[in-house]
Amino acid sequence: MTTDSEPVIYTEGLTKRFGAFTAVRGISFAVERGEIFGFLGANGAGKTTAMRMLCGLSRPTAGIARVAGYDVARQPEQVKRCIGYMSQRFSLYGDLTVRENLKLYGGIYGMSRTHIRQKTAHVLQELRLDHEADKLVGDLPLGWKQKLAFSVAIFHEPQVVFLDEPTGGVDPLTRRRFWELIYGAAERGITVFVTTHYMDEAEYCDRVSIMVDGEIRALDTPRRLRQQFDAAGMDEVFRKLVRVRQAGA
Amino acid sequence: MLLFLIEKEFKQFLRNSFLPRMVVMMPLMMMLVLPWAANQEVRSLALCVVDHDESVSTHRLTERIVATDYFRLTCKAADYNEALQQVKRGEADIVLEFPVHFERDMQRGQHPVVYVATNAVDGTKGTIGSAYLTQILSLPLPGRQTAEAVLSPLSQQFRFNPHLDYKVFMVPAMMVMLLTLLAGYLPALNIVTEKERGTIEQMNVSPVGRLQFVMAKLLPFWAVGLFVMTLCLVLAALVYGLVPQGSIASIYVMAAVYILVVSGMGLVISNYSHTTQQAVLVMYFFTMILLLMSGLLTPVRSMPEWAQYISAANPLRYFVEAMRAIFLKGSTLADLNRQLTALLGFAVLFSVWAVFTYRKVE
Repeated sequence: MTTDSEPVIYTEGLTKRFGAFTAVRGISFAVERGEIFGFLGANGAGKTTAMRMLCGLSRPTAGIARVAGYDVARQPEQVKRCIGYMSQRFSLYGDLTVRENLKLYGGIYGMSRTHIRQKTAHVLQELRLDHEADKLVGDLPLGWKQKLAFSVAIFHEPQVVFLDEPTGGVDPLTRRRFWELIYGAAERGITVFVTTHYMDEAEYCDRVSIMVDGEIRALDTPRRLRQQFDAAGMDEVFRKLVRVRQAGA
Repeated sequence: MLLFLIEKEFKQFLRNSFLPRMVVMMPLMMMLVLPWAANQEVRSLALCVVDHDESVSTHRLTERIVATDYFRLTCKAADYNEALQQVKRGEADIVLEFPVHFERDMQRGQHPVVYVATNAVDGTKGTIGSAYLTQILSLPLPGRQTAEAVLSPLSQQFRFNPHLDYKVFMVPAMMVMLLTLLAGYLPALNIVTEKERGTIEQMNVSPVGRLQFVMAKLLPFWAVGLFVMTLCLVLAALVYGLVPQGSIASIYVMAAVYILVVSGMGLVISNYSHTTQQAVLVMYFFTMILLLMSGLLTPVRSMPEWAQYISAANPLRYFVEAMRAIFLKGSTLADLNRQLTALLGFAVLFSVWAVFTYRKVE
């Protein structure tokens, strides 16, 4: 297990190759406990692949990655006990109700039935989903589905939660509400690892990394990145990095 | 954890708008319709009689033949060639020729030869037709004791299905087919559907054990399979009055093991497949071969030797044998030790295979 001083996510030379194609090229970084860590990059930069390796869904080709003190390559099942995950694509059971999805995942993570009931009541109140508790999840609007997926991901109070583009396809107001949930989780001490391509969301993170072509090109707080790249906002930082890539190519 | 997963599978199954209906309708349709339609019994064969004797005996024999359901007299011909013309034109299936002095020879205790020619283009029709005809001819003619000795050189007895009722033979086969289709296809579609919907990703990132995951997939279909079996047994008893000769318990033991075999096979295929189409086609490929080589429709012993060896590796074969034996012969589990052992072996093989092919990490 990790001590509080040890980074909750630690990678060194983490690499994933699919045949001749290298999706992630030896990335090294560390995420501290309680951080909201933004993982940025254009489509196809390797964000999702890197995240899937950290979650124990994909085996690294080379390099080391430790999550919550466990090696993702050798102890993927131990890693899975300590993390929550929300995939890019909605992946809760659409033919189960809100309550049933929460119960199922609570049960999978070994929570007792009483605990599940209490926690469910709490989550439904927090999401203001009391009236929809017994509706099928498939019938909810996208914004609610995303909030529910996030709540399921942190239902068992994991050490780290991985969010893969959690707010794709919804309006700015709904995104804003979603980020309130993220802050709430971070306040409870859950480390948040989030990929996004909305640059306004990058500003909400404690630190961000920017991936280009499978490599991490920049990693710092949003403020220092703006200074470093002499940019007014994160999207300018991002554009400058991508332009470097195009000039180099 | 397992209970939560099983609960989820049951809820999903029961909430599906289509699957529960299919699980009820398919046995109903197959049990009610197919034993009548998929019928190899030979009826209404067109008979052409060539009677050179025209005696009381030959007339009686002809009447007796036509009085059965199996034959209808379509023509009388003056000689064999004329009768053959009728066969060629499709007017007759079978030709029966009585020689001149048939009655006289029979009364004298000589052996008059009756000539039977069948159109064997449809093999079953030909062989079974001539067998029926021979049987009818072998029966003693009333009031002519002598005929018995003359025309009954051998006697046949059909055991366990005395009237060669094809339904008696087909009903247990229908049960096998239904269990194979339902308990095989439902799991085959299940995991691959989770892959397509993306829900399996959330499972794979959780600490769900592979064994638990597979068990949670197997057990609901096991219950569905036993339900189907029960429905079939009730239908067989109510509609066809067909009650198993052996014990119901031994049928359930065999079915319980067999469901695990096919469900396990379905899950293995589902694990290897990326799309539902793929899973369905692969499953179809295997079930077709397994069904056709199981002895369900054609006897295993009449297959070429190499095919018989292959069918030894066919789980369906053992279940078909067991079901027919229990249903028709009243065999006990002790009699079917070999089949039960084979099925248990397959059940373990496919379950273990399903657990190992379910991958949580790419």
